[in-house]
Amino acid sequence: MGKNVMKFQNVWFRYGEDLPWVLQDVSFEISASEWVAVIGHNGSGKSTIAKLMNGLLFPQKGNILINGLEVNEETIWDVRKQVGMVFQNPDNQFVGTTVRDDVAFGLENRGIPREEMIRRLKSSLAAVRMEDYELQEPHRLSGGQKQRVAIAGVLAVSPQIIILDEATAMLDPNGRKEIMQTVKTVKERDDVSLVTITHDLNEVTLADRVLVMNEGKVWMEAPPKNVFAKRDELKEIGLDIPFVTKLAAELTDRNIFLKTEPLNHDELLEELWRFHLNR
Amino acid sequence: MNNAFIIGQYVPGESIVHRLDPRTKMIIIFMFVIVVFFANSIWSYGLLTVFSLLCALTTRIHFSYILKGLTPVWFLIVFTLLLHLIVTKEGEVLFRIFSYPIYSGAVAQGAAISLRFFLLIMVTSLLTLTTTPIEITDAIESLLQPLKKIRFPVHELALMMSISLRFIPTLMQETEKISKAQASRGVDFRTGTAKERIQAVVPLLVPLFISAFKRAEELAMAMEARGYQGGEGRTKLRELKTDRLDIIVYALFAFVVILLFVIRD
Repeated sequence: MGKNVMKFQNVWFRYGEDLPWVLQDVSFEISASEWVAVIGHNGSGKSTIAKLMNGLLFPQKGNILINGLEVNEETIWDVRKQVGMVFQNPDNQFVGTTVRDDVAFGLENRGIPREEMIRRLKSSLAAVRMEDYELQEPHRLSGGQKQRVAIAGVLAVSPQIIILDEATAMLDPNGRKEIMQTVKTVKERDDVSLVTITHDLNEVTLADRVLVMNEGKVWMEAPPKNVFAKRDELKEIGLDIPFVTKLAAELTDRNIFLKTEPLNHDELLEELWRFHLNR
Repeated sequence: MNNAFIIGQYVPGESIVHRLDPRTKMIIIFMFVIVVFFANSIWSYGLLTVFSLLCALTTRIHFSYILKGLTPVWFLIVFTLLLHLIVTKEGEVLFRIFSYPIYSGAVAQGAAISLRFFLLIMVTSLLTLTTTPIEITDAIESLLQPLKKIRFPVHELALMMSISLRFIPTLMQETEKISKAQASRGVDFRTGTAKERIQAVVPLLVPLFISAFKRAEELAMAMEARGYQGGEGRTKLRELKTDRLDIIVYALFAFVVILLFVIRD
């Protein structure tokens, strides 16, 4: 792994003096061009982590470093140049009256000259395959399309880290697939670090590493396969493992042993074929 | 459903008037509103009428459509005319209606004022017919720039206008959704006395306001996350350009104004 781009050092956070701690002594690191999924059920503190990452909130105790720069009141604008964020509600983060105005919003804020702006706008819209919708108004787009525009808006300012804070939670299954696909190609294209925050275990299969949060603490930190292996413990903290993993586990219980543990439908299918051939 | 969400009365088109810098249109209309009050003879009114009709023609919007947009003001125009016919007592008596005398001065003045009114409304409606709301917003921001010196929040005003424009369709969709949800729970929006119908709106407005506030909060956070720090040091994607066409239009208008002052009494 490359050098770390983000570091949480013993972070404590609560929303008010007399409220319980939302995060307790959270520490982790994220490396350059790594994909980390943060997962946990509602109230586990995962969205708070996202907001701490780009200075929308500040920790009461502990430090957060972005590329070695501590996140505080003075550095937030530099931090936000390096950390792009996509939120949950597709409508409430769409600022512009058209797709191109919205993608340009972040560029306008940074005072980027117009010619450069148009160049970046085109290339980031192409990256999320929304180039044909440049002049569309937001209410004519689907939720998935709006989220793609939001991703384009983040890409345009070329951050090093992109955070998706439950960006697929309000979408239908097609929209989800669309976004995960987009995120994957975008990551390959721009070589950014990705942090995806979700409560859906199906979405962590693509990540390099998973951070499981429970009651404000890091409950587990491991690659997806190792996380899925603990299905009973996961169930206890309110997380349901994906169907494919569940099916593979059930097959094992019935003495049908697959060579490798599949993470998605294609891999499962492949394994089943192989199993069938070897009989 | 989506087609019902056209904001304002903008009619898309490629005409010269559509292509003009929105600032040019606004300045000329502003001047026109002043100049109309200097007309005082048949010839000067004729000149302004011809000018307005030519403007309307060059938009390539069907004339009947423009007139349809004026429906709400027809009443005012007719009312002005009638008022003048009854009240004004100048010149000689032209004819009598049920022994009530109608003076020649009344006819002339009534016609002049109504025509003035008509021209004003028609020309200003050409602005909204040929300019998108967002273009108008940009033009206002640009024209109000000098007010920045007295700390008038020009950028904030324009941003507020553009965000409102952006959220009108969203909130309308939401209103529709809420009203259906409430109707399915038995709220009756259509029948009952006026008081009952006003009361029925409450369960519509409360959720709408709550959600609008929530949206506002989230939008503010999203804007901050995307580096918004106010108008200072911002560049703009949409730019307004005054080119040769605008200069020609300004010159033409200046010519009309000079001509007006020459031929007026």
